[in-house]
Amino acid sequence: MARVLPKRDAVIIGLGWTGSILAQQLTDAGLNVVALERGPWRDTATDFNIAYMQDELRYAIRKDLFLKPSVEAMTMRNNAGQTALPMRDYGSFLPGDGVGGAGVHWNGQTWRFWDSDFSIKTHLTQRYGAAKIRGLQLQDWGVTWDEIEHSFDQYEYICGTSGKAGNIKGQIQPGGNPFESPRSRDYPNPPLRMPYASTLFAEKMRELGHHPFPLPSSNLSRAYVNPLGIRMGECTFCGFCERFACGNYSKASAQTTILPVLMKKPNFELRTDSEVLKVNLTPDGKMARSVTFLDAQGVEYEQPADVVAVCAYALMNVRMMLLSKIGTQYDPVTGKGTVGRNYCYQTSAGARLMFDDKHFNPFIGAGALGQTIDDFQGDGFDHSKLDFVGGAGISCTVSNGRPISNRPTVPGSPRWGAKWKQATVDGYQNSMGFGSQGSSYPVRENYLDLDPTYTDRHGRPLLRITFDFPDNDVRMSHYMSEQLEKLTKPFNAKYTAVARLQKGWNSVPYQSTHNTGGAIMGTDPTTSAVNKYLQSWDVPNVFVVGASAFAHNAGMNPTGTVGALAYWAAEAITTKYIKSPGALVPA
Amino acid sequence: MDNSLRGVTRRHLLASAAALPILAATADGRTISGNLPWSPFAGAPPRPVNPLGWYFFTPVEAATVEAIVERLIPADQLSPSGKECGCAIFIDRQLAGAFGQASRLYTKGPFRQGLPTQGYQGDLAPAGRYRLGLQALNEYTNTTYKKDFRALSAEQQDEVLAGMDGSKIKLNLKPGFSTKEFFELVLQNTMEGFFADPLYGGNKNMAGWKMIGFPGARYDYRDHIDKRNVPYPRGPVSIYGMEG
Repeated sequence: MARVLPKRDAVIIGLGWTGSILAQQLTDAGLNVVALERGPWRDTATDFNIAYMQDELRYAIRKDLFLKPSVEAMTMRNNAGQTALPMRDYGSFLPGDGVGGAGVHWNGQTWRFWDSDFSIKTHLTQRYGAAKIRGLQLQDWGVTWDEIEHSFDQYEYICGTSGKAGNIKGQIQPGGNPFESPRSRDYPNPPLRMPYASTLFAEKMRELGHHPFPLPSSNLSRAYVNPLGIRMGECTFCGFCERFACGNYSKASAQTTILPVLMKKPNFELRTDSEVLKVNLTPDGKMARSVTFLDAQGVEYEQPADVVAVCAYALMNVRMMLLSKIGTQYDPVTGKGTVGRNYCYQTSAGARLMFDDKHFNPFIGAGALGQTIDDFQGDGFDHSKLDFVGGAGISCTVSNGRPISNRPTVPGSPRWGAKWKQATVDGYQNSMGFGSQGSSYPVRENYLDLDPTYTDRHGRPLLRITFDFPDNDVRMSHYMSEQLEKLTKPFNAKYTAVARLQKGWNSVPYQSTHNTGGAIMGTDPTTSAVNKYLQSWDVPNVFVVGASAFAHNAGMNPTGTVGALAYWAAEAITTKYIKSPGALVPA
Repeated sequence: MDNSLRGVTRRHLLASAAALPILAATADGRTISGNLPWSPFAGAPPRPVNPLGWYFFTPVEAATVEAIVERLIPADQLSPSGKECGCAIFIDRQLAGAFGQASRLYTKGPFRQGLPTQGYQGDLAPAGRYRLGLQALNEYTNTTYKKDFRALSAEQQDEVLAGMDGSKIKLNLKPGFSTKEFFELVLQNTMEGFFADPLYGGNKNMAGWKMIGFPGARYDYRDHIDKRNVPYPRGPVSIYGMEG
């Protein structure tokens, strides 16, 4: 029998980025909040130690900070005709673990999705006609740009994001991204200084008539005190950023931006090493009354609460809903049901250039350090004569030269032996790259559900991912590869190689931890799991917060939009829901 | 929904806060409230490996792996060999520990033949794959050359390794674990040993880092970030403070 704990105003499942934001905002509004985190407590001074964080083997290769598949794995297949098998190790994407979640080991790229993303179906239909998006399950998100802009601003100022505005209240700003949607003010910090490769990229792009700008980075360009009074440090370009935690307090994470204030509040409690098994509903299934969790010793507890915020990683949010029977499983055959719908990923390609006479010092880098052009992003360019919708940001980032994984050689070089050694020496300093990070649009057959065979350590079904790159996105990505070919020309490199995306998503090589959808927001309860406030249509005291709410994925890193959605949902709870509990949008 | 959210009062907060110590006393999970936890010496620094002896490999296995890493990374003017750099010791220590046992991976059955997009689906952890693979390798060379792998000439060893790499040689392994997969595992671990911090037993004297000009565990490049096309002037340092 589960031990029943005293009731709280709100229980938060997972203390990563979204959980920390909700906890901070809800406790500020006077609510009594408990957060349940499956992984351990982690903080900079003790766990992200500057004396030994720069350990490629431990953190990047053996994945010391990541979720262990032995704790929670997932199964995958490319289509419903295949039998899904477990990803016995995470490869293509790497979910986080412990306090701070994936926000500990992210790169820090802090993009805002565009106004045309939030109303994508309306926008594309008006511009090109309904036939243009036939076969895609694109739909509006329910929230509009004007409503949510201030939530982006809130997140960027908490993070201390370093960048250059391109559009302030409709006024285009020189040096910024002219394609971005209008923002209310500039970033809190100026852009980072740039490494040689990114500077060269920006020069060549400008010569070609494109619009390079420093990509928005939550690796800080200078010391900063955020609106909560928390002090952050200047990035040192250590080259141990993504897959690592920051030992310098200069990459935004829950640890560096929120927890020092949140943890001291008397109306907040955190339980670590506590895995939530499910959300318990009332007998009629219309309200959540509690969550059941296990502590590290396997003792079962029940935590009653008036509000349940599901704030785990996007994929785990979906699994939690399915295990708790919140909403109806999506069926790709009938198109009915909402939970598991519109699972999307990221559609990328890259170019590598090698020279004879360059010293790029690739190890001088940061997770979100580089220059981008958005000339081929989203619907920022005319698709009327193209056979796809969507687009990609094209960036030259310099994140690291860690040699176990990152030592490019001229294509076709041997992979071992004396000739491999010479090719490695020749390539290491002389190589730069840039890549397209492309949108991923929903189709009927890509979805999430529970696996019929494989279970976790508690005997609960694993999440099953059925995904392949949709034809629209493959055409988009091939178009981007053609652009990359053109963009490499002015560099006059000795060797140039441009990758082309292949159909058949492979779960083994790392690609992107940008998994989105499955519990999407929207205007219609028959095609979305949560409303515009990220409130479950079916169980209105459950809010499901994260990239699980994305109705599609854009050609940008998702965390900026995840942070904005968390502030947006928190505001809805504290200003609307508390005053009048119940459905915030009539079904 | 009851009224508790509508009228969150000071008394309500105080009552809840007062309940916390009781919960903390009865819960086995770690309960944190009211402070940012910190305790001295709570970090978990890595322990440097002891370079003496073999923890996992038998003498024959150790000699075989030393012979392999000697060919994957041969000695020349660019660096000492993989064996001299400790790659075999590195692999031995990795196999004796969490990596060898696949202790962080999902290892529940059923085990089924997968598609290439689904990754490794065999039931053997890396330690078991090495044990089986090294034995099969010596069986193959004894059948083909009448000698153990370690006794072959360098040219013959390269021939066998290239055959495994190119899937032209089929060792007697087991379903779900191909010769190519065995080769890729050994190659990956050898490169890890050559380029990981020396504390793990390989990359002796930071030879791998010196070969390519990687400065290792340095953590601050603010003095060099915006220099254009200028080589970084300093040599590598390791986590435990070795300088080169």
